[in-house]
Amino acid sequence: MYRYDEFDARFVKERVAQFRRQVKRRLGGELTEDQFRPLRLMNGLYLQLHAYMLRINVPYGTLSSKQMRKFAYLARTYDRNYGHFTTRQNLQFNWIKLEQVPDILEHLAEVEVTSIQSSGNCVRNITSDQYAGRAKDELADPRVYCELLRQYSFLHPEFSYLPRKFKIAVTGSPNDRAAVAVHDIGLRMHENEQGEVGFEVLVGGGLGRTPYIGQTIRKWLAPQHLLSYVESILRVYNVHGRRDNIHKARIKIIVNQMGIDKYRALVDEDWEYTKDGALRVPEEEIARINAYFAPPQYEQLADETELLAKLRAGDRAFDRWVRGNVVEHKVPGYAIVNLSLKAPGKAPGDITADKMDAVADLADRYSMGEIRVSHRQNLVFVDVKQSELYELWHKLAALELATPNLGLLSDIICCPGLDFCALANARSIPIAQDISRAFTDLDELQKIGQFTINISGCMNACGHHHVGHIGILGVDKRGQEFFQLTLGGSSDQHASLGDRLGPGLPQAGVPAAIRKIVDTYLVIREHDERFLDTYRRVGIEPFKTAVYGDESQAA
Amino acid sequence: MALVKNGELVASSFVDASGAETIPPSGPVIVGLDQWKAHREALIARGTPLGIRLRSDQPPDLYAEDLPHFAVVALEFPKFRDGRAYSYARLLRERYKYKGEVRAVGEVLLEQLFFMLRTGFDAFEIESADPLGDYRTALGDFSVWYQPAADGRPTAMQLRHAKR
Repeated sequence: MYRYDEFDARFVKERVAQFRRQVKRRLGGELTEDQFRPLRLMNGLYLQLHAYMLRINVPYGTLSSKQMRKFAYLARTYDRNYGHFTTRQNLQFNWIKLEQVPDILEHLAEVEVTSIQSSGNCVRNITSDQYAGRAKDELADPRVYCELLRQYSFLHPEFSYLPRKFKIAVTGSPNDRAAVAVHDIGLRMHENEQGEVGFEVLVGGGLGRTPYIGQTIRKWLAPQHLLSYVESILRVYNVHGRRDNIHKARIKIIVNQMGIDKYRALVDEDWEYTKDGALRVPEEEIARINAYFAPPQYEQLADETELLAKLRAGDRAFDRWVRGNVVEHKVPGYAIVNLSLKAPGKAPGDITADKMDAVADLADRYSMGEIRVSHRQNLVFVDVKQSELYELWHKLAALELATPNLGLLSDIICCPGLDFCALANARSIPIAQDISRAFTDLDELQKIGQFTINISGCMNACGHHHVGHIGILGVDKRGQEFFQLTLGGSSDQHASLGDRLGPGLPQAGVPAAIRKIVDTYLVIREHDERFLDTYRRVGIEPFKTAVYGDESQAA
Repeated sequence: MALVKNGELVASSFVDASGAETIPPSGPVIVGLDQWKAHREALIARGTPLGIRLRSDQPPDLYAEDLPHFAVVALEFPKFRDGRAYSYARLLRERYKYKGEVRAVGEVLLEQLFFMLRTGFDAFEIESADPLGDYRTALGDFSVWYQPAADGRPTAMQLRHAKR
């Protein structure tokens, strides 16, 4: 993992001191709420329905056990004994008092964690593949570039008052687990014709009320130019991005208004002046950061094929868990283990302080003390010995963290919704709970196969509903909550936006509608085709008929 | 309104006529872009120092070729949330190599001064009970900078590798 050096440590300390002063000025009336709002937001502090919410960065989804224990401590001391992992790999506390925030930030700084720019109209936490550095399908470890971008973006003097928020995601694998196509900038590592590793740069992706899939602004970018090229994209956005209407202020709007070719021309024009300047990343810096991400000292092990086959044959539940939640590691004898935060009836992404501590202990015992957070709101142990999987599984199961539903229908993405969020129109968590309770039969879940359901409580789309195989959007119609379904969305390397199925449904009707869609799919799928592939093959009509009946075709 | 320039309280020697109907006949004056376009030759002929004041939707490429005529370029922050002028200041300093005064005007608040300093502003119209105190506070907030900008402060990356 990356560790702070003297510069990073001093910077974060100074930032905490600055925020302490800003809070004091606010409490003393020197700053108006209007003036204070962007300052607190740039430290991750929102004013929600019931209290302040603090969003803490988990840079590119990597945590140490020590940091997790600190989260547990903070949850107990300053919140109500739990936290919530988000679709941007961050952690949110929901019941925070303004005057305590500087102390919380000081606690976080002790373990090299911040909330800097987890909100605000600036560059947000850089997200990435939760399996980075361990996945067998990976071309290169993206974290060194995430870390470069993290440092580069912190308190950027030119880009702290952008037209709107700005999200960057990086994937080092052709199998995109970081949803880069729905980010303001998406970076995909790949090889050019000379076999050199660089980035395809996507720009203008995003969800919210006007969703777009990102477009390629540059097919291949050399790593030493990463920062200068990103800076030019940001500068063109800062100057040309719309500031007349908050709903049209994201980069996706201006990119699509002027067209990708024009946007590219403006970026290239600016970049000509800067590409070989001070932003050029020296080899030494890449090497310095990369050293922190060097693979840990693995033991020389062989794959435990026989042992695992025997254990799986003798224990069906273990077999199911291995098949669902365990992923191939690039080192023989090791495995990647996903911890599901989606047990039936739970709020997706939520975890109690006690479980945080337990996860930290298990990470130390079984996975070299490291924990990852995925944008699908689960946790991951990335360095588990295959020989210890069975033991670990028992311990995770006792903590309700071994539900074998990774990537299956009940592995639901869900925003906090109207239970917490000031922006929400509808309660999203109860919908997730209803669905997960309606689909608890593990054999059935496995039969249905790969399936994503993404739920947002409003059109801001924190629950990524547009890119769920089934998306569910909560809306408010004359004081009543309704839920609109979309089908066919995906956030992977073949990203697509879902199509609207029909009129919104009341909460009680949602699980039944999902059931009808699933039943229809199981009838018409060919071989072991995923729901998404069936949908792409047959289109929306059979599902529309299943949910609304024949007469609703006109709706 | 106090003007802080290079860390000192100063009196502006310029009359800001950018919002006025008429331009004073003599003395150092700041005009708007439209006034400049309309009276360019006459203003140059006065032989007194000139300044130009730009709205946040007026980027430097609209007046870059005339920069040698200006002792002051005043960039407006109509709202502190409108961050376009940070880019304009950097472009003035880094692309157009402008050496004169770049003045921040409009909603210029303590908490933004630091960003302004880094992007190339060297003068600030500050509405505050203690403008110089605000300036010093903002200047003292940080001793580590991650990005190269117009102020030339060494970045953390540069310092890391200079040490070795």
